[in-house]
Amino acid sequence: MNFDDTPQEAAFRAEARAWISANGPRHLLPHLEKAGFGGLELDGLDPMQEAKAWQKKKYEAGWACLHWPKAYGGRGATPIERVIWGQEEGAYGALSGTFIIGHGMCGPTVMDWADEDTKTKRLPPLASGEEIWCQLFSEPAGGSDLAGLRTKAEKDGDDWVINGQKIWTSGAHYSQYGIVITRTDPDAPKHKGLTMFYLRMDTPGVRIVPIKQANGQSGFNEVYFDNVRIPDSQRLGAVNDGWKVSLTTLMNERLSIGSGMSAGFPDIFEFCKDLELSDGSLAINDRGVRSKLADWACRQSGLKYTGMRAISALSRGETPGPENSIGKLVAGSSLQEIAMFALDLQGQAGVIADPKLAAMGAKFQAQLMRSPATRVEGGTDEILRNIIGERVLGLPEDMRADKGLPFNKIPTA
Amino acid sequence: MDFEFSAEQLQLRNEARRYLADKCPTTVPRAVLEGAGSYDKGLWQGLAEMGFLGAAIPEEYGGLGLGYLELCVIAEELGRAIAPVPVSSSIFLVAEILKAAGTEAQKQAWLPRLASGEVIGTLAAIEGMGGGRPSTLKAQVSGGVLTGDKSPVLDGDIASLAVVLARHAPGRDEAGLSLYLVDLSGPGIERTVLDTIDPSRSQASLSFKGAKAERIGAEGEGWRLYEEALDRAAILTGFEQIGGADRALEMARDYALQRFAFGRAIGSFQAIKHMLADMYVSATLARSNGYFGAYALSTGSADLGEAAATVRVSATKAFQHCAKNNIQVHGGMGFTWAMDCHLFYRRSNLLALTLGGQNEWEDKLIDRLRAKNAA
Ligand SMILES: Cc1cc2nc3c(=O)[nH]c(=O)nc-3n(C[C@H](O)[C@H](O)[C@H](O)COP(=O)(O)OP(=O)(O)OC[C@H]3O[C@@H](n4cnc5c(N)ncnc54)[C@H](O)[C@@H]3O)c2cc1C
Repeated sequence: MNFDDTPQEAAFRAEARAWISANGPRHLLPHLEKAGFGGLELDGLDPMQEAKAWQKKKYEAGWACLHWPKAYGGRGATPIERVIWGQEEGAYGALSGTFIIGHGMCGPTVMDWADEDTKTKRLPPLASGEEIWCQLFSEPAGGSDLAGLRTKAEKDGDDWVINGQKIWTSGAHYSQYGIVITRTDPDAPKHKGLTMFYLRMDTPGVRIVPIKQANGQSGFNEVYFDNVRIPDSQRLGAVNDGWKVSLTTLMNERLSIGSGMSAGFPDIFEFCKDLELSDGSLAINDRGVRSKLADWACRQSGLKYTGMRAISALSRGETPGPENSIGKLVAGSSLQEIAMFALDLQGQAGVIADPKLAAMGAKFQAQLMRSPATRVEGGTDEILRNIIGERVLGLPEDMRADKGLPFNKIPTA
Repeated sequence: MDFEFSAEQLQLRNEARRYLADKCPTTVPRAVLEGAGSYDKGLWQGLAEMGFLGAAIPEEYGGLGLGYLELCVIAEELGRAIAPVPVSSSIFLVAEILKAAGTEAQKQAWLPRLASGEVIGTLAAIEGMGGGRPSTLKAQVSGGVLTGDKSPVLDGDIASLAVVLARHAPGRDEAGLSLYLVDLSGPGIERTVLDTIDPSRSQASLSFKGAKAERIGAEGEGWRLYEEALDRAAILTGFEQIGGADRALEMARDYALQRFAFGRAIGSFQAIKHMLADMYVSATLARSNGYFGAYALSTGSADLGEAAATVRVSATKAFQHCAKNNIQVHGGMGFTWAMDCHLFYRRSNLLALTLGGQNEWEDKLIDRLRAKNAA
């Protein structure tokens, strides 16, 4: 047990810190430090341009995708070095949101399942931020029941022809590439007839339609596939082995989204410190407020150290397991509870969502409207509890009406 | 950075687990609960012989001279076994206060006998309802003689040494408080065993009527030493709670696999499955916070106060959560005297109160985070 840096880690930290302080886009810091939920507001500057510029700069100096091998644009860094980098990058890390899906999920999937040529061609521009990737998994018929997907790919000579529809695809509208999971054998049980591909998002027949979200923004999309033709060389993994490939993506998803997620305590603590309640006393001195703050503080630090324990396990050569589901499960509901509590403390003025008028730049109002998505995206709270129950605690699977049935015999209504 | 106990520490944990599985199955706390004495003497002696009691006591005072991390893994196993022995009073509190504030002579006199289990120590601070605020404490020492009542005192009926928080001068503020060592085998002491929610750890009220008292630590430093002792004990007790939470979760999981209703294992019902998943989440957060605490304790870090309160709030919540839902998962069976569920439920609620209730620790946590933030 040692929470301090080893001499090598300290040297790495010093190097990272020096480089960041010399190269970080300091003019953005005031905005980035305020960044909360939803799209970045950079006072008129284009967030995508700024994000790409910072990523490019990091890439050129060898600070992008730290854990990837150097040959693919990374640094070959250790899991602990990656954590240190994250700590040092601090508020600038808010610029990486655009790349999370590509770097955290698509990249590792390509790394594990693509041929060498694809990896050397596709991974470096992904690492440098020049190319953005999206994850085309969920469909109208089901996100939790991912293996029930219907988008089909049919072999035609050396090509595959894809027809169907994906939905909730984050960033499809600004992505150059995507990984897409399809059904290639409808006669097999549902997990057995899937195949994974990657494709360019401007391949003829791909149509992207933005969806307006509940919070008014448009981060995700519908993606239609109309006779989209791609070569067999864009297949990831074996034909009908796509489920196994998708597990690489999902496992990395849990690690990159879950670990290191904030449960939202620092903001609510900051807010309560100076806030006066209706009786003129400070919120932070109120017994009821303190009780809630203490609970959130414990969740915040518990998640932080759970993430650190996962990184230590990774350093010892263990693979990240289903126990990493805990991060998003705890963070999602904490963020939502905190947002509601912060609004309540603001009294009737809590309804005001104008950043110029509302407390802390309307951070909590934005959090109120974005946090429901955290509890859904990348596995709902219920699915995460199932994973913990079944895969960590060893409880029996839920009863399933589709077990063992060929996909095309599964009841749908 | 490495957020895990070392291989040797994990080995010590396994050794303690094996030892306690053998010597302290739940029949042992149950026997104490049902009145076969105030604690299990054989187990107490065994823990001393294994070196567990003296793990963090320096060798020159009869201990093994290991560190706090070792004591944490032992505490976890004692918690798993809901061991009916006075380790928290004697080792986590009294031995720690002696180490922190005792004179050489005081250490020589008591630490070896605490490590060997010959002497059981206890901390007598609280005076009835409302918890430990300086203004509620009246017991007073004058002319080396203690007068006053302390209640409840964990292990107060079996201890032969007490550290007593008392006034060296009348008043209500903390500056008037000092710590005193009182040999409980001497005259001027009346003990009354108390009926409590968890009789597997006995408690008493102690009435001092002119007992001989010897100051430990400087005059007027009593409150500070007491608070610091509570912090260290909160981390060690936190590991007991973490061990207890894990065990209660395992019991519930095992029962959910084995009990059938409506033609299926109850663990396949999502209401039960998700309840167990939430128990796992609480237990995991508490364990991770526990590691933070263990590290802070072992290095004497500046974050010790924050870490102690974090572990305390988190581990109290986790053990109570797991123990109460363990009963729920067991259905009617869970509410029987014969099933062990209530042993964990009792212990979780006892440990939630012994060093001060959740309110007090939430307050400490927020105060400390605030102080750190202001610095
Ligand atoms: C902001 C956002 C971004 C997203 N980005 C992407 C993306 O980039 N790529 C992508 O592929 N997908 C993405 N998704 C989709 C996301 O993964 C799915 O929405 C999610 O997995 C849930 O699937 P669903 O919407 O079909 O809901 P359903 O699966 O229909 O679930 C509806 C409700 O039923 C519950 N439920 C379903 N099955 C069970 C079960 N077995 N046990 C208990 N309860 C159950 C769910 O928990 C939920 O409460 C995104 C979603 C959001 C909100």
